[in-house]
Amino acid sequence: MVSPDDVEKIANLADIRLPGDRLGEFTREFNAILEYFDILDTVREEAGERRGVFNVMREDEITPSLPQGEVLALPRDSEEGFIKAPRVME
Amino acid sequence: MTVIIGLEIHCQLTTKTKLFCGCSTDYRNDPPNTHTCPTCLGLPGALPCLNRSAVEYALRVAKALNCTVLEEAEFARKNYFYPDLPKGFQITMYDRPLAVDGHLEIEGDDGTEKRIRITRVHMEEDPGRLVHVGSGDRPRYSLVDYNRSGIPLIEIVTDPDLRSPKEARRFINTMRTTLEYLGVFDGDREGGLRVDANISMEGGSRVEVKNISSYKGVEKALTFEITRQRNVIRRGLTVERETRHFLEARGVTTSARSKEEEHDYRYFPEPDLRPLRVREWCDAIVLPELPAARRVRFAETFGVSPPHARTLCGDLKLADFFEEVAVCGDPVLAATWVADTLLGEIYYRDMEIARVPARHFVELLDLLRKKEITDKGGVEVLRTILDQSAKGEVPENPAAIVARLNLGKAAGDAFGPVIREVVEACPAAVQDFRNGKPEALNYLVGQAMKRTRGRADPKELARMIREAIGETGVTG
Amino acid sequence: MKARVPAPEDPFNAFITRCEGKPGGKGRLAGIMVAVKDNISTRGIPTSCGSRILEGYTPPYNAHAVDLILGEGAVIAGKTNMDEFGMGSSTENSAFGPTKNPVDPSRVPGGSSGGSAAAVAAGMVPMALGSDTGGSIRCPAAFCGIVGLKPSYGRVSRYGLVAYANSLEQIGPLAKTVTDVSLLMGVISRYDPRDSTMQNRPFTPRLNGEVKGLRIGVPAEFFGAGVDPAVGEKVRAAIGLLEGLGASVVPCSMPSMAYALAAYYVTCTSEASSNLARFDGVRYGASDDIRKSWHEAFREIRAKGFGEEVRRRILLGTFALSAGYYGKYYAKAQAARRNVSEDFARIFRDVDVIAGPTMPTVAFRIGEKTDPLSMYLSDILTVPANLAGIPAISVPCGKVSGLPVGLQIMGKPFEDERILDVAYAYEQEAA
Repeated sequence: MVSPDDVEKIANLADIRLPGDRLGEFTREFNAILEYFDILDTVREEAGERRGVFNVMREDEITPSLPQGEVLALPRDSEEGFIKAPRVME
Repeated sequence: MTVIIGLEIHCQLTTKTKLFCGCSTDYRNDPPNTHTCPTCLGLPGALPCLNRSAVEYALRVAKALNCTVLEEAEFARKNYFYPDLPKGFQITMYDRPLAVDGHLEIEGDDGTEKRIRITRVHMEEDPGRLVHVGSGDRPRYSLVDYNRSGIPLIEIVTDPDLRSPKEARRFINTMRTTLEYLGVFDGDREGGLRVDANISMEGGSRVEVKNISSYKGVEKALTFEITRQRNVIRRGLTVERETRHFLEARGVTTSARSKEEEHDYRYFPEPDLRPLRVREWCDAIVLPELPAARRVRFAETFGVSPPHARTLCGDLKLADFFEEVAVCGDPVLAATWVADTLLGEIYYRDMEIARVPARHFVELLDLLRKKEITDKGGVEVLRTILDQSAKGEVPENPAAIVARLNLGKAAGDAFGPVIREVVEACPAAVQDFRNGKPEALNYLVGQAMKRTRGRADPKELARMIREAIGETGVTG
Repeated sequence: MKARVPAPEDPFNAFITRCEGKPGGKGRLAGIMVAVKDNISTRGIPTSCGSRILEGYTPPYNAHAVDLILGEGAVIAGKTNMDEFGMGSSTENSAFGPTKNPVDPSRVPGGSSGGSAAAVAAGMVPMALGSDTGGSIRCPAAFCGIVGLKPSYGRVSRYGLVAYANSLEQIGPLAKTVTDVSLLMGVISRYDPRDSTMQNRPFTPRLNGEVKGLRIGVPAEFFGAGVDPAVGEKVRAAIGLLEGLGASVVPCSMPSMAYALAAYYVTCTSEASSNLARFDGVRYGASDDIRKSWHEAFREIRAKGFGEEVRRRILLGTFALSAGYYGKYYAKAQAARRNVSEDFARIFRDVDVIAGPTMPTVAFRIGEKTDPLSMYLSDILTVPANLAGIPAISVPCGKVSGLPVGLQIMGKPFEDERILDVAYAYEQEAA
């Protein structure tokens, strides 16, 4: 069970601001789902050799990069070839 | 009070392409955002694909550091948000790194060999580069260049075995040299090596210092931290466990307000990549000659003295240069001249060893070996060669320089008049020498050197002066 | 949520972007109009994933699958509507309004590839590409009465598919007939070394319709509580038709079904919480006032740009991966997955394919399911194939109250050709 405060903390961690008005309802739905996940507690890990594919790699060969113009066409704002971003508080 | 230091070293590997995409890693002289693709830009839908050479290089490092390679290594996502991190996570390695439990030997503070244990070695990608616009404390916005995003990094973590800032610096230098010898790292590339240091005064909390980007910076940062922590303790307070940033320009560490230790990185295995089983690969790797072995070979094959060997082998390019010129017929002479004289001259000129013409240097050594010029003359020839090379010219041959500057060693007889002149002009010094003061001879030799403008061998002059005076008293 | 006035040519709101196609290319798809789900990168064509946060994003590159269909002469008809970032089973979670089921426009077409399925079902295009993470191709195929294939994991390159859950999803074909689905699958399954999770297994279509001696496993859990009895009846009849052609039914059981859905939702939300972290408005997409500081701007953009279901799943995934909870959720989910794979492997020792209903019900009404958990539960029959990475196809097998029912056939890893053949056999006989 998580509280609305916990949900806000998780939202902080995920860097999403949650609209405050539906927080209670959202928390209820959230808890219902978490309760459903509890069934996983019954899972017993069956020991066995881990199968799978390994060592998938490529050769160290240069492939063409995107032209700067195409890269700078994507963000809203750029300056002298750099992409503009909001300032970071140090 | 014992100081306990551990280091985390990040080095850029010199592969042709980035860790997870085929963009070229040769970005330093190019405009921003010209070495990017959907993968290293983190565009939606792009996928990483592992560079085989990066793994080879990382395994070389693991082997050279005597590590145990894990049976299965796995990439993991380290999740956090920052403008220079295009995907919102960094692909790194977490609980299944490439290799663990290694060691590197360095010269301890007491001059003896000391073993520093390596906790782990793993691979990860470099983030992009952030430039802040606006004044330091109140930036207005940031500018991002993703050319560096995705460059392969190797991370080497030590046990807290270092005991002083000088030892830490020596460790980093030894590590840097080793990586260059392995052919996986280039110390000349700016920003190619970054260090985070952990330091505590015995019994106290551990402080992490991040963002140290030069070898000298490590010693400065740690020295400052020791002083800072000592002051805290002296005031009766306890040192806080925290993360601090090193400000290179001011030589100080400051507290990191971004509360980095509170980050929950939510590590989980990278689902877009497959695990690595590379023990056999590592076993099959044949390492190139490493610094310690090269030092031994220089001593055994060339008769180079241990201090000279240490200097010469401390830089891969310097060691290569020495071997090139050691064919001159007197390797010990070559070692002396490279380590004691040449090194100082190129350092002074901020010149790279690669710019020094080996063929000219060999000819110079030849002249010295045959005693056709004095040491002082040799220095002048060398300086001339270097100055000309620095200007981009093809330098004159040493023989031509000697002739032009009249540096040829004159036969002893030619100096007879000079000797007589000096003896007559300095009766007091002559008397002092006769009375048993050896330093008086040095003075007389110096006077003679001045008059012969470096064309005479000081030992030769000393002998001639003693002869002229008549040997009396203590031999100088 | 933006309400869109349906264009007369697109009364079901199947498309987000329509394209002017220029036929003329040569190849196996020469001149064929193919609709592409809007989470598949198309160079020069806006790609929104059904979300506001990608407003204005036009990729500078094509997904591998798109390059392949263009290389065979296909014409891209447009980008189809979907649940935002693939998160949903009804195509109601789109920032561009819901897509309507052409069979009954008051009902959902299924999701998340609802737009692609509706475009095909309405006859707007003969073929479409979708993506399937937990049933997102098969569900809309079943609800709209068409054919949809989720290939084996690693059979089709994910390069260019905007990631929702990397370890579960594949791009796959939708069409009205098994023949067309097989044709499109043959084109998009070419090996791509840029996708490290892909294996090089060339696809050789084999539609003989020969099922004599075929052993069909039917797990009891596929007809359990929660499955509409009328739907179950239709599917049993369809399996009976295959028996009539010479196949035999082998009853079996999959105990891991008890926690398969939980394992699915823990895995996909965890991976999604990480995959969606890149939407920060810096390099592309919606962005905010640059005068704000980084974290402020980031939080705002994500609050405004993501719909509620996406926000919910990101939070669930963030929680599942957070310190102290990894062992309880994500690690357990991966153990559960291994058990699901083991259950399938065990059953496949005695059978060739596994059959059952694709969905527990027929299409529900738009706006009917408001509780998130009840929406998740509708995926119960489709997620096991994603968890185990096995191929699964939905083929129409009749109607209940006028609404289509899907027969799901699953096969061993990389036996996509076989399940297509079985579906073909059914389709030909049922016609």
